[in-house]
Amino acid sequence: MDGLIISLTFLVLGYVFGKLAEGRHYRSIHAREEILVRLPTTSCKKPIKTSTPISHAELVHGHVVISIDYFKRLLAGLRNFFGGSVRSYETLLDRARREAVLRLKESCPTANEIINLRIETSSISKGGSGDRVGSVEVLAYGTAIYYEQGSAQPSLL
Amino acid sequence: MFVSNIEDIPGKTITTCYGIVSGSTVRTKHLGRDIFASIKNIFGGELKGYTELLGESRDEALGRMKAQAQQLGANAIVNVRFSTSSVAAGAAEIYVYGTAVTVE
Repeated sequence: MDGLIISLTFLVLGYVFGKLAEGRHYRSIHAREEILVRLPTTSCKKPIKTSTPISHAELVHGHVVISIDYFKRLLAGLRNFFGGSVRSYETLLDRARREAVLRLKESCPTANEIINLRIETSSISKGGSGDRVGSVEVLAYGTAIYYEQGSAQPSLL
Repeated sequence: MFVSNIEDIPGKTITTCYGIVSGSTVRTKHLGRDIFASIKNIFGGELKGYTELLGESRDEALGRMKAQAQQLGANAIVNVRFSTSSVAAGAAEIYVYGTAVTVE
């Protein structure tokens, strides 16, 4: 009986706080993405404008470890039973990837362009309760390109 | 030390190649962080302790790789790749590797 009450409490806590946290996180992601949209990021190995002289380049990275809440974990467990797309994990990974890319961009605000962006995902909660994915780490890395002073800004549009 | 994850350093030419250099580290946080993380697992959200842990490890691995390249006499590392794996609960291995070169 006690176990059931504890699980139910966790469920309610997970649902309420998880939902609040996710909403807050998405709002912050949208706001920051709007600001950083001027920094072109591609997965190509060459800069967009090959003719522009480059002053220097450096390796930049951004990462985040993010965890799913108790309620969604249970929901995903149920979904496993019926099969189909697991929405709760989709939003978790979406949030983690966008956050990692945002952090990468924020680490080099004066760069003109980021090329060869790679995103890597790993689950770091192995050995915890069961082998269910609880938290994921997303690492984004790329090469930041700085143009010579006075060169025109590239544009994706 | 120039570091990039593309095949060259833009605006420079590669003159000598020294082969693969790598750096790795396995790190774990103290118990308090792990307990905090498992509580955070109920509510969901970012696990700041682990984010910090992996950031520190990555910087250390990068530092080791750069030191190795310096020892060889290289002044740049190109085509850098990261890889992460969890070896035990709460411990993470970070591996960074790339090609050490001299650029002019």
